[in-house]
Amino acid sequence: MATTTTTVPSAGPVAASRSFLSRLREGDEIARMITFLFAASVVLVTVLLVFELWQGSVLSRHKFGFNFFRTSVWDPIFEQFGALPFIYGTLVTATVSLLIAVPLGIGAAIFLAELAPERVSDTLEFFIDLLAAVPSVIYGVLGVFIVVPLMRQYIQPALRHSFGFLPLFQGPDYGVGFLTAGIVLAIMVIPYIISVSREVLLSVPRDQREAALSLGATRWESTWKVVVPFARAGIFGSVFLALARALGETMAVTMVIGNTPVISASLFSPGYSIAAVIANEFTEATGDLHTQSLIELGLVLFILTFILNGVARLLIVATSKRGSGMGNV
Amino acid sequence: MKRIAGMLLVVLAVAGVLWADSALSITGAGATFPYPMYSKWFDEYHKKNANLEINYQSIGSGGGIKQVTEGTVDFGATDGPMNDDQLKAYQDKHGFGILHFPTVLGADVPAYNIPGVTAELNFTQDAIAGIFLGKITKWNDPAISGPNKGVNLPANDIVVVHRSEGSGTTYIWTDYLSKVSEEWKTKVGKGASVNWPVGLGAKGNESVAGTIKNTPNSFGYVELIYAIQNNVPYGRVKNSSGAFVKANLASVTAAAAGAAKNMPDDFRVSITDAPGKTAYPISSFTWLLVPAKFSDATKRDAIKGFVKWMLADGQNYTEALSYAKLPKEVVAKELKALNNVQ
Repeated sequence: MATTTTTVPSAGPVAASRSFLSRLREGDEIARMITFLFAASVVLVTVLLVFELWQGSVLSRHKFGFNFFRTSVWDPIFEQFGALPFIYGTLVTATVSLLIAVPLGIGAAIFLAELAPERVSDTLEFFIDLLAAVPSVIYGVLGVFIVVPLMRQYIQPALRHSFGFLPLFQGPDYGVGFLTAGIVLAIMVIPYIISVSREVLLSVPRDQREAALSLGATRWESTWKVVVPFARAGIFGSVFLALARALGETMAVTMVIGNTPVISASLFSPGYSIAAVIANEFTEATGDLHTQSLIELGLVLFILTFILNGVARLLIVATSKRGSGMGNV
Repeated sequence: MKRIAGMLLVVLAVAGVLWADSALSITGAGATFPYPMYSKWFDEYHKKNANLEINYQSIGSGGGIKQVTEGTVDFGATDGPMNDDQLKAYQDKHGFGILHFPTVLGADVPAYNIPGVTAELNFTQDAIAGIFLGKITKWNDPAISGPNKGVNLPANDIVVVHRSEGSGTTYIWTDYLSKVSEEWKTKVGKGASVNWPVGLGAKGNESVAGTIKNTPNSFGYVELIYAIQNNVPYGRVKNSSGAFVKANLASVTAAAAGAAKNMPDDFRVSITDAPGKTAYPISSFTWLLVPAKFSDATKRDAIKGFVKWMLADGQNYTEALSYAKLPKEVVAKELKALNNVQ
């Protein structure tokens, strides 16, 4: 944002001083119009998307109304559809994944940006970018063959042994379920958090660090109290990028979540997510109401993402006004 | 650069014209269960008829019915026959009907993984329905152990595994359960995806087989060929004559032969729980959906030609891929029905 608001006014007077025709002839105006069209297409796609989802779910919206969000029966044969277990599963798996990925990811980014020698940092960055580019189905396969057996045989029994008094860690050891899906998602989103956060931390001006050090701060104090707060907005950005991916991830989740529409306090329980049920049932949905309910689920996922993104924006604005954030740059 | 691009365009255009000139292209979409068989057939048929190309998308039975009804493909394919509403919708839209042609037979098998049990288990109708309804929860339940004398079944909880996505395999399984259990019929019903009373969902036959293999005390259903390929143990099922039958090509064909005598003229028949001493009860046909009228005579003749070939020579390729052949009576009846395609 900051760069566009500073460059546009300076270009404005120059552009205005020439006639429209000369701007057209020299190509400026054409470039402007073409790039404007490209930018406008983003808005167009979003609007079309919402319109299609809204239109496509008209039957199920009328039949179920608000009950769609309140009931938890999903029965394609008797045509009863309630979205609650899917919304719950989506939110739970995304939360678990962020609880794991955020501390790990930001910690790793701090090490890479502030503490590691440049060569180590650059080499690791190469691997992180590689991980971010691995297709999700491969993470799903890893989840099925490695994470699921590990969960069933070691991690779940161990967690139950230590924390079994909590309802979070009760129930039989299927291996698949909310926790496993959350862990696989965490593995998938960590590269995003590290990569973006590292870039943001590296872009913090050198004089900020030097000022802190000159006041007698230790290396860690300058990192934790000056550099990280300065980069806060960008770090939040990386977390919300990760959240968006976790909410919408389909393939890897459906392979390890157990695909059962239940709401359970236990993280060991199998569950279901919105993206997974759409992918699973859309092709074989024969009844109109079934198809439309799946489309309405798509709408729900869109709204969910929209709300969370809005909250993210507000959070960034609020925090950057309060402190010495990027807003001042 | 420009010249190369221009030449490429010309080459592409010429190739396109030649291609369009020499090959008739027919498109179909639908069932995933017979896909390996269909792609083999279309490939073999193309080798014999170089000017005919059949493109088949295995998008699922529901998608196949939808697309052929909308007229976006030339033919469809499905694992569960179209119901009366769907037939009526087709008739209303096009002004003529659509015909079912059985192509091959397949079967679902009850697969399991019980540590320490290597014997081939016998399952009664009540045992299978009870497990899937969540009423039988332990392996040593009398309903399971009764017909398995001498097998030491553990007192462990059964982990039920089913398909997570809509599929023809599920349609066959739930069609069977609806026939043998009144409670299943009223509470759950039959369909490509249902509201499962219990169990974990896994995506695809491979994944169900894999989950059963990796999960101790699990029980689920897979397409016969996947159980064989993945080396998952599967049991015998009690048929309507009271015999415990193991699924194989012969017992599946026997189920079809039992049903063939009463085959309705539109071929929409379920052969789960079929009569016959040697019949395997969880078997099913899979169907091609061919419109009764074509405006394009060359397309019509090409499709009829293929179906004729499929019913004769094509049947020789089935067993290598673990699909069962159609009984002779059904083939004869289908050849007659083919005349109704105009």
